[in-house]
Amino acid sequence: MSSGSAPVLEVRGVTKSFGEREVLHGVDLAVPEHGAVALIGASGSGKSTLLRCIDLLEEIDDGDVFLDGEVITDPSVDPVSVRRRLGLVFQAFNLFPHLTALENVVLGVVRAHGTPRREAQERARELLARFGLAGREGDRPDELSGGQQQRVAIVRAFASRPRALLLDEVTSALDPELVGEVLEAVRELKAEGATMILATHEMSFAREVADEVAFLHDGRILERGPPASVLSEPRRPETRRFLRRLLEGGRL
Amino acid sequence: MEAAGASAGVDRRAAREAATRARARRGQAIAALSSAVVLGGLAALALTSPGWPTVRDTFFSSSAFADAFPKVLSGFWLDVRMFLVVEAVVLVLGLVIALVRTSRSPALFPLRLLAAAFVDVFRGIPTLILVYMVGFGIPALELTGLPTNPVVLGEVALSLSYGAYVAEVYRAGIASVHRGQHDAALAVGLTEGQALRHVILPQAVRRVGPPLLNDFIALQKDVALVSILGPQEAFRVAQIISAQTFNFTPFMAAAVLYLAVTVPLARIVDRLGVHGVAR
Repeated sequence: MSSGSAPVLEVRGVTKSFGEREVLHGVDLAVPEHGAVALIGASGSGKSTLLRCIDLLEEIDDGDVFLDGEVITDPSVDPVSVRRRLGLVFQAFNLFPHLTALENVVLGVVRAHGTPRREAQERARELLARFGLAGREGDRPDELSGGQQQRVAIVRAFASRPRALLLDEVTSALDPELVGEVLEAVRELKAEGATMILATHEMSFAREVADEVAFLHDGRILERGPPASVLSEPRRPETRRFLRRLLEGGRL
Repeated sequence: MEAAGASAGVDRRAAREAATRARARRGQAIAALSSAVVLGGLAALALTSPGWPTVRDTFFSSSAFADAFPKVLSGFWLDVRMFLVVEAVVLVLGLVIALVRTSRSPALFPLRLLAAAFVDVFRGIPTLILVYMVGFGIPALELTGLPTNPVVLGEVALSLSYGAYVAEVYRAGIASVHRGQHDAALAVGLTEGQALRHVILPQAVRRVGPPLLNDFIALQKDVALVSILGPQEAFRVAQIISAQTFNFTPFMAAAVLYLAVTVPLARIVDRLGVHGVAR
């Protein structure tokens, strides 16, 4: 089911409103196995909302989301079982401040996935080391830099071997000098073959890591395609305007 | 030239340190002086008042204090025991009520309603009246199986009152945990219940330490209210002795004993407030 042409994650015609305000109107998106889709767009364009809807942290109004060909947004589907197959990394890290780095990673693996603690710890140690956090396993989040915290959060989301990872502007809350180490961690995820959607403002990074770029504007995907074409030769005037503004802001 | 500049720097630092020390000394002197004036003035006012000799004999009689203290102390152990029992009950009861009130499951709606009513009613009634109602009302029902021991009834009344307060303290603690923590807990695959137990509650409980201790200081004093039901705790013992000797000094003995517990508790609260709650 997971191989071949069938996408791991597919979003079809998803709409979502908060009260009167419609944030997503009919979003379509698909991510193949080992694929990485960069979701770009201005603040408030609905990137975070879309990722939260996919992880069932928000209930969508209309449309469907499929995970491995199976609809997950049906009310009869248990959201907990879906979230156990996905990983979400938040812009603000959202580490558990009362737990150490290791415990942050292990908690879900043990409690949600039933992995024996010993085994979960072993894997967590290994992953933390691979993401440059060897020796920091016993530190609490407030003892770590922002970049280290976000890397722990990435490991936490990745530790349970999710079918797909959702990265919500994982570098936006970081001081500029800490961005590089987190981007390196995302490269590592890509090298591991992770399937992911990454909402990002880092265009050069999107160009490097993503197989596809999707431009979200006013709750719609206006343009999708390989990074080279969308970022270098955008067809839509909105995309061009957005990229020009980023360029003026020194972010390209 | 450079050497002169460096030595001027050293001089300036020395001068600055000297000035800081002088300021500190002057501050201490002013504090000592104003304390002496204020406290001395208050003492002088009391000691020179026309009624002072009478007050001294009826409130501060050392012989009456020595006579009463052992008896009041033995009564005070009952206060401490009741305090410990009620505290344990209230910690659990308050948490249960807070959890019910913060739950969102539709099936729990009637329980939520009851919990809200519990807090409104028992926090709204003066503790003294609650002690009367429970202490005299429950035995009057003449139902077998219900407690008739006034100590137990007093503990029940205090548990209702303080359970309501502590429930609100817990609830505030739970509400203070950022929503992102709940989201992150769900995102790693936990159920709502697991999120509450492993992520939200541990953080909430750490935050409510100081306000909880504050409520326990209040509870430690309010234990004296049970005396109206008859148990011979410190206040009651003091009352009895005072009625026999026409001297109020036994109450001072009781006051000293309450202070001996509440002041250390208050210092613990201060420390928690200053340093934050230990992880």
